Amino acid sequence: MTSTAPRRGVITVPPTPPSRHRAHETALTPGDSALTPGDSARYDARFASRAAGIVSSVMRDLMSLSERPDIISLAGGFPNTEAFEREIYDEVMEVIAREHLASTLQYGPTEGMGELRERIVDVMAHEGARARVEDIMVTSGGQQAIDLAIRTFVNPGDTVLAEGPTYPGAVPCFTTYEAQVVHVPMDDDGLRIDLVEEALDQLAAEGRPPKLLYTIPSFQNPGGVTMSLERRERLVALAHERELLLVEDNPYGQIRFDGDPLPTLWELDDGAGWVVYLSTFSKILAPGLRTGWVAAPAAVLRKMNLGKQAADLCSSTGSQRFIVEYLRRHDWRDYVARLNGIYRLRRDAMLRALEEEMPPEARWTRPSGGLFVWATLPDYLDTTNLLASAVERHQVAFVPGRGAFLDGRGGDSMRLNYSGVPEAVISEGVRRLGVAVAEMTELHRALGGGE
Amino acid sequence: MLVAVLKGGRSLEREVSLRSGANAEAALRRLGHDVLAVDVDQHLVRALRGERPDAAFIALHGKGGEDGTVQELLEILEVPYTGPGVLACERAWDKVVAKAHFATAGVPTPAAVAFSQDAFREMGAGEAIPEIRERLGLPLVVKPAKQGSALGITVARDASQIPGALMSALAYDERVLLEAFVEGRELAVSVIGTAAPWALPVVEAIPRDRDFYDFEARYTPGMTDFVAPARLPDAVAEEAAALALRCFDVLGCRGLGRVDLLLDADDRLWVLEVNSIPGMTDTSLLPKAAEAAGLGFDEVVERILADAALGA
Repeated sequence: MTSTAPRRGVITVPPTPPSRHRAHETALTPGDSALTPGDSARYDARFASRAAGIVSSVMRDLMSLSERPDIISLAGGFPNTEAFEREIYDEVMEVIAREHLASTLQYGPTEGMGELRERIVDVMAHEGARARVEDIMVTSGGQQAIDLAIRTFVNPGDTVLAEGPTYPGAVPCFTTYEAQVVHVPMDDDGLRIDLVEEALDQLAAEGRPPKLLYTIPSFQNPGGVTMSLERRERLVALAHERELLLVEDNPYGQIRFDGDPLPTLWELDDGAGWVVYLSTFSKILAPGLRTGWVAAPAAVLRKMNLGKQAADLCSSTGSQRFIVEYLRRHDWRDYVARLNGIYRLRRDAMLRALEEEMPPEARWTRPSGGLFVWATLPDYLDTTNLLASAVERHQVAFVPGRGAFLDGRGGDSMRLNYSGVPEAVISEGVRRLGVAVAEMTELHRALGGGE
Repeated sequence: MLVAVLKGGRSLEREVSLRSGANAEAALRRLGHDVLAVDVDQHLVRALRGERPDAAFIALHGKGGEDGTVQELLEILEVPYTGPGVLACERAWDKVVAKAHFATAGVPTPAAVAFSQDAFREMGAGEAIPEIRERLGLPLVVKPAKQGSALGITVARDASQIPGALMSALAYDERVLLEAFVEGRELAVSVIGTAAPWALPVVEAIPRDRDFYDFEARYTPGMTDFVAPARLPDAVAEEAAALALRCFDVLGCRGLGRVDLLLDADDRLWVLEVNSIPGMTDTSLLPKAAEAAGLGFDEVVERILADAALGA
C-alpha cells in the first residue's frame, strides 16, 4: 500500500484547449466521433423491431474473454487451416493472376460462377446427392445460406422447428426474422422423429403449423450426434406425408472419422422438392474463402436469388475462382482425408480427457465426425455462471448451452470444440474444466444438494 | 495534455469497459487532448513508462480496475489518475466492507450477511440458511461481494432458490452477500469533484419486464427507460444527493463515483453500493446525469480529468 501522504498532483486544464496537434489530426479514427453517449437515445426510437430483439448478454461478453492468450479456448468452431500447403496456394494464385485476373476482380453472377456450380455438383455427388447445375446457388459461406433460407420463408411470428440444441450461429437468423422456434430433442441417433410428429400434431392443433424444419443431420453442431438412416428415411417420408419443408444443413457430412457415410435428406427426397440443401467449403477447404451453397427447387432458388441480390449481389469472385482452380488441379478428398486424420486424434484426446476429468454424473456425446462434443452436467450447475469462474479462475472457455436454444434451456450443457486445438492443449483444457466443475459440484454438496 | 485512457483489461466486464473507454477517448479528443488508448495487459507499465502521459483516465470496470490495483500501480509510477484512490476503491469494490462503513456512519443499507466459499465448504454454512432466511426474510438478494454490472446477482423468491443463487454468486467471487430485498425504484446519483464534491441530478432506471436492473437491462438499448432527472419530490431528491455525498465521504472517495440507491414505497432511501469507476457506455447512468445537469458528457469528462490526482 502506498503512503497516504498528501501528495496531491491536481492537474490544471486550460479552459479552451485547441491544442497545437489538432490541425493534422482531422482524419477520423473510430474513437473520434462527434457523438456523445447522450446522443445514442436518438437511435433508440429508430431501431427496427428485429434489431431491438438483439440483446446484450452476459454470455456474449464472457465469450469475448476466451480470446485472451492465457485462456485455452474450447469455445471456437475453427477448422484447421494450418495443414493447407503453401505450394498449392501459390500455384493457384499464380494461375489466377496469369489467366483470370480481370474476371477475378470483376462482379460475378448472383447465382455464382458456372464453373464453380459444376464443381459443386461433383462435390455433392461424392456424398451421393444428385443435383443439376441449375439447382445450385453459390452463397457467401454456409451462414448466408441459412440466412437466405430463413429470410425466404419466415414471416415475423412464424413457427420453425429446429433441433434442441440447434446451431448457435443460426440463432441470430431466427431472432432477426422473428421466428418462433420450437426445439425438438435429439438422442444418440439424432433428431427424435417421433417427437417431430408430436410437435407437428400439437402445432397443427394450435393453428400455427411450422414453415420449415431446420436440421443438421450429420455430426450436428452443437450436439455431435448423427441422424440414423432409419430416422432419415422416416423424416423424409414424414415431410412428404405432412408437407413439411426440410432445410438440411450439411457442413460436416464429409468430416467423418468412423463408420460409413449416410445418405443426405436431399438424396432421400429424390427430387420431390421437400428439401432445401445447404453446405459449404468452410470445412472441406477453408472457412476464410467464405463460400457455401444452396441446392433447392427452381421456385425457391428464384426467391433466394432475389434475397441474395439485396444482401450482396454476388459472392466473392476471388474466392470462387480460387476454389475452381484448386479443384481443377487437386483432389479435395485427399485434403479432407488429411484433415480428418488430424481431427480424429483430437476427438480421441478430448473423449479420453473427458473420461478422466468429468464427474460421474456428467454425460457427453461421442461424435463420429464433425467438430464438437456436447456435454451435459448435473442440472444444478449453470454453465453460463460456470463460464465466469472457468475463465477467471481456471483459464478455460467453452460455449454455454443456452447459446444453442431460443427458449432459455441449455443451462446445464456446454459445447466443446476439438478441431481447433492440438491434443496436448485439449487435455490440459479439459483438465482445467474438470477442476472448475469439481469446485461447483463440491459446493453444491456443501449446500446440502443431493441429500 | 497527453491522457492515457486505461480500458479493457482482463476482468469479466472487459467489453463494457471497452465501450466506456471509447466514449471517454472521443470526449478527450474533442476537448483537444492527445489520447493514448491502452487496452490494459501485462505491458501496461512499459507503455506508461514509455509514453509518460500527464494523467491516466481510468475507464476500467471490475477486478483490477475498480479494486485499487491499477490505482496502486499508477501511484508507484507517479501518473495522476481519475477517480478515487487506492483505499477508497478497495472499500467501494467489496460490498461487504462498504456496507460496514455505511452502517457505522448511519447510512441506511439493506440488512445483509456475508460468507466465503470456505464457510460453505468447511463449516457447513449452508445449514444456517434457515436462520439467514429468518433474519432477512424473503425474497432475498444473493450477490457476489466483489463484482460489477450486476453479474451473478439473483433474487431468490423462495427458500428453494437460495442454494442455486449462492452457486451463481460464488461463480463470480469467493465471497457472497445475502441481502434483504427492498422493493423499490432504482436510483443512481453520480458524484464528481474532490475539494467540493457535487452530486449530479438523480437518474432513475426503469427496466422493462425485469426482476431488477440486471446485466441485459443495463446494456441493451431500449430495454430500460431512464428518467433524468428522476421525477421525485424535492425533499427526496435532496436527501438522495445528501446521502450520496455522505457515502462518497464515508468511503474516502475523490474525483468520481456513482452511488446506487433504492427508494421504497414509504419514500425511504437505501444505499446499495458505490461504484468507483461508473460506466460511461451509451446506456450508462453517468452520461445521463451529466446531460440532466446541463453539463454534457464532454464537460463532465473534463472535470473528472481536472481532478486527476495521486495519493488518497
